[in-house]
Amino acid sequence: MEKRAHISGWTLPLLLILPQMAITVIFFYWPASQAIWQSFLREDAFGLASEFVGFENYVSLFEQPEYYRAMVTTAIFSSLVAFFSLSCALLLATQADKNIRGGHAFKTLLIWPYAVAPAIAGVLWIFMFHPTLGTLARPIRAAGIDWNPMLNGTHAMILLVLSATWKHISYNFLFFLAGLQAIPRSVIEAGAIDGAGPMRRFWTIIFPLLSPTTFFLLVVTVVYVFFETFGIIDAVTGGGPAGQTTTLVYKVYADGRLGGDLGGSAAQSVILMVIVIALTAIQFRYVERKVQY
Amino acid sequence: MAGVTLDTVRKIYAGNVEAVKGVSLGIEDGSFCVLVGPSGCGKSTLLRMIAGLETISGGEIRIGDRVVNQVEPADRDIAMVFQNYALYPHMSVYDNMAYGLRNRKTPKDEIERRVREAARILAIEPFLDRKPRALSGGQRQRVAMGRAIVRKPQVFLFDEPLSNLDAKLRVQMRVEIKRLQKALGVTSIYVTHDQVEAMTLSDKLVVMSGGQIEQVGSPSEVYRRPETRFVATFIGSPPMNILPGTVEGPGRVSVGGQVIAVTDMREGLAPGSAIEVGLRPEDVQAGGAPGASSLAMDVDFVEELGATQLFHGKVAGAEFVVQASTGQIAAETRKLTLSIDPGNVHLFDPQTTKRLGRV
Repeated sequence: MEKRAHISGWTLPLLLILPQMAITVIFFYWPASQAIWQSFLREDAFGLASEFVGFENYVSLFEQPEYYRAMVTTAIFSSLVAFFSLSCALLLATQADKNIRGGHAFKTLLIWPYAVAPAIAGVLWIFMFHPTLGTLARPIRAAGIDWNPMLNGTHAMILLVLSATWKHISYNFLFFLAGLQAIPRSVIEAGAIDGAGPMRRFWTIIFPLLSPTTFFLLVVTVVYVFFETFGIIDAVTGGGPAGQTTTLVYKVYADGRLGGDLGGSAAQSVILMVIVIALTAIQFRYVERKVQY
Repeated sequence: MAGVTLDTVRKIYAGNVEAVKGVSLGIEDGSFCVLVGPSGCGKSTLLRMIAGLETISGGEIRIGDRVVNQVEPADRDIAMVFQNYALYPHMSVYDNMAYGLRNRKTPKDEIERRVREAARILAIEPFLDRKPRALSGGQRQRVAMGRAIVRKPQVFLFDEPLSNLDAKLRVQMRVEIKRLQKALGVTSIYVTHDQVEAMTLSDKLVVMSGGQIEQVGSPSEVYRRPETRFVATFIGSPPMNILPGTVEGPGRVSVGGQVIAVTDMREGLAPGSAIEVGLRPEDVQAGGAPGASSLAMDVDFVEELGATQLFHGKVAGAEFVVQASTGQIAAETRKLTLSIDPGNVHLFDPQTTKRLGRV
């Protein structure tokens, strides 16, 4: 007997997908197409008229040294956050995976930072590391380091990496923990009998078996750093000092909202869109293929 | 090679659950010891304690002359075959087998030699470059065995290694395991809940129940002279029939008023006291005339097994099964007379469930 329900006609199926389609069209396709269209236009200084300029916005973008600097900043920022948030999360997950007392409380508490809004997380970290007010800045300055994220670009970047990492560890932790729990206990026991110590077991058995999870999280984390750290950057450094923490996304905002260059800003958005589409495509390709068990 | 000695070994889990209640057992060097029992009897826990995967709550485990209670699994010089094979999914068959040797810093050419040899013995040479997921269940099982034998350990441990295979393959692998163990002469401890596997593989059969050993012996000893009612009904298929009876006098018991003779009966049992009478379905002669030592049976239905038939019914109100060669008795028969050989009657104490045989 056929178990599937059959729906005759098109009305009901269309109605069912309509809400989802409406949201996607209104909040994604429409703004995206606007951005693409806008990236070929140049507005006058008062926003009264615009003219079609073809690829001129893109060309001038790649002539700006600031754009390359934002690329480098983004690359540094995302690789640091990806490295630290993945490795810390993996370390915490391996510990949480052991049978420890209070393990449940430990796991719950580790997930909390994920619920904190980016801007609030940013403010939190400013207060802790503010050169004059910060509780944690004081011992650093007392140790003889001239800690000042307001003036020193490296310090500002460190602060951003800390806050962005802290916020994303929870997410990575959850996935790593699930990944670890999916590894059959007996495989690890077989490793123990085969003479591999805990470290060797981790690097030769557990870590390779986690690689699909790690790869997935790497892509997700990079996407997170690219796009969702905007709130943290805006709250903590505002892209400063002197544009030293301006990432690609922050530059879209800075050039468009603050600089009034809507065409150039739109061109940057389009480039970012291409990057994220590429990352997602790579991820789907590999995650689908690399199923281990 | 080495024997394994267990001395009042206990396992108590958190919450005071005693999974293994003081088990003592000596396993001779080179022998094949099978631990058999229903699920939850503590057999797997015991094996995992020997492997070092579970801590020992009490007692002592020795491999050879060495007490291994505090020794890491890696240093116990054992190899284990798991129920789900536990192959490393990301490594090739070759690497799966070489892993333990590499961890022990064996020279490369020695690893190569040993892996090739094990692969040859197990006929898995064509698969050495494949990943485990590209193998069938039986091939994975062989790889798991290969991983154990390349190490040349003192003891092999098997944790229900055949239970994930289909029936035909299980029989085939059972024979291969036995042959391999005989050829290598390595002390082996094998856990199973399947009594046929237990009977066919073991030199030494250990029947466990409720965290304790019920009986230790050769398969034929355990089959012929079960020490408790549990062993009597667990070993043998179909299981032994147990009938309620009373003691009539020396060498005589009655079941529902029908008196039968018994060879192996404890002396000095008070006439009139209750006793349990055990009869194996295959030890009873069905279809004779009522005689000096016979029982009447009402048949309910017949199961056809091909070469034999199983007659299900009741004797003196208790469930009873008789096995007979096909064609010996008409399947429509509803009343059967069972002739009982006095040498085939097992007696048990209804209270302690222990055997009431000659001391």
